[in-house]
Amino acid sequence: MWNYIEGILCLALISVISVLGLTVFTGFTGMFSMGHAAFIAIGAYTASILTSKAHANFYLALALGGLMSGFVSLIIGYPTLRAKLQNDYFAIATLGFGEAVRVILENLKITNGARGLVGIPARSTFLNILLITVLLTIITAHYVYSKYGRQSVAIREDHVAAEMMGINLFTVRLRALFFSAVMAGIGGGLYAHYVNFIQPSMFTSTQSTTLIAAVVAGGMGSITGPFVAMLIFSALPEILRVADMWRLVAYGLILVLIMVLRPQGIFGYKELNFKFVKRWIKKIRAKKPALPAEGGDA
Amino acid sequence: MLKVDNVNVFYGHIHAIRDVSIEAKDSQIVSIVGANGAGKSTLMMTIAGVLKKSSGSISFDGELLPAEPHKILAKGVCLVPERRRLYANLTVRENLLAGAYLRKDKAAIQEDMEEMFSLFPILKQRFKQYAGTLSGGEQQMLAIARGLMSRPKLLMLDEPSLGLAPMLVQQVFDTICNVRDRGTTIFMTEQNASDALAISDYAYVLETGRITLSGSGKEVLENPEVQKAYLGIKQEQS
Repeated sequence: MWNYIEGILCLALISVISVLGLTVFTGFTGMFSMGHAAFIAIGAYTASILTSKAHANFYLALALGGLMSGFVSLIIGYPTLRAKLQNDYFAIATLGFGEAVRVILENLKITNGARGLVGIPARSTFLNILLITVLLTIITAHYVYSKYGRQSVAIREDHVAAEMMGINLFTVRLRALFFSAVMAGIGGGLYAHYVNFIQPSMFTSTQSTTLIAAVVAGGMGSITGPFVAMLIFSALPEILRVADMWRLVAYGLILVLIMVLRPQGIFGYKELNFKFVKRWIKKIRAKKPALPAEGGDA
Repeated sequence: MLKVDNVNVFYGHIHAIRDVSIEAKDSQIVSIVGANGAGKSTLMMTIAGVLKKSSGSISFDGELLPAEPHKILAKGVCLVPERRRLYANLTVRENLLAGAYLRKDKAAIQEDMEEMFSLFPILKQRFKQYAGTLSGGEQQMLAIARGLMSRPKLLMLDEPSLGLAPMLVQQVFDTICNVRDRGTTIFMTEQNASDALAISDYAYVLETGRITLSGSGKEVLENPEVQKAYLGIKQEQS
């Protein structure tokens, strides 16, 4: 039983890493990317080719996979962000990019085409996946609460105002895209070394959509939200196995319910951190003894 | 100070600004009046670097302006965009601090903030309030104050009276005069021609992308064509 749960948890945490990257780009910078599966794929392929063919160190390969994704993100990001593509236009550009990467992977020799790469060493264990997830979550939080993160939020809230204040839209957006691509690449590398086999058809736009859905359902402008949402999204199909053939219907229904009941997402613009917990405990304590004294506080 | 020379701007095939040349001198209020779609905002956005001009030159203090908005702001040209564009869920203080984004001198920023409060007393009372809860007039004041926080030499205001009650319009224009008296050059666009022209040192009339008339604020205000077109004053039949 534990093996089963561990397996689900591993895959869920790996997805969480990619989602954290997308959170920075979508939730905090306000740009929609429909092609993030491509970055996962690039990271996965780079890392697995390095370990299986060049026998490189696993962690080095992960990092290089991430950097490779980041590098490719600059190639797609430079022209699109320079041209100030936004909203749906940018989303369509990334959608096309995602498909293009998949087709390229299907036709390259080094990736073994559509047959995929086999015999990737199993280096991802529950422990190192968990540690890497924790580490990357901390790094993401630091990115978001740094100057870079605040610049991103300023652009998300009002890009005209941000530009007039002297924020360079292009560099801030490109930096966020680079960060999210590196995260997706690392997630991809871990994934490849967990399932030991990858092929281009694993990285379709369905996966990109799931990532976006997790960010939106989890809540824009929150790290906790997408983190939790991705865990739920990964676990749901397994929990819903009891529903048998109604599984996917229930999955869709839950997504719709989240959007209807909480349009801002599960944790819209909120974080579950120490500060929040402290305030919450304070609130509960304050409520118990003196109810009438409180209340008029605005 | 600001010199726009034969600038042309296109939106795809649409020729929005045609050979426009304007000039703003130190410590003046220069305004551009014109109807909807005349290209007022386009001209502003072009000077601020948001839109690209296809030909012509824009120079400031004798130097050509760079192409990107953040570099233009660093040169001392600040645009307060149309509809104010405040951060509604930040407080008045935070919005002002955001305006000083490019500056590193913390002490001077604090000083400037105090100065903004003396220039716009109403903002001092609203110090900790969210910008979204301010009234339209207060929001416009805050937008102007936020623009001034970057210590611009030239402040561009895009329709500062948009959506304000007539009484507030007067208040906003009064503060614009105060800002000018502090030594900041003002360059603004307005649909509210009569009030804007009354305080302008120089004015241009923009029609379908062309400058059709220019002169001191008073001259333009008294021009019969302008009166007919923008002020709704009927000519006496003689």
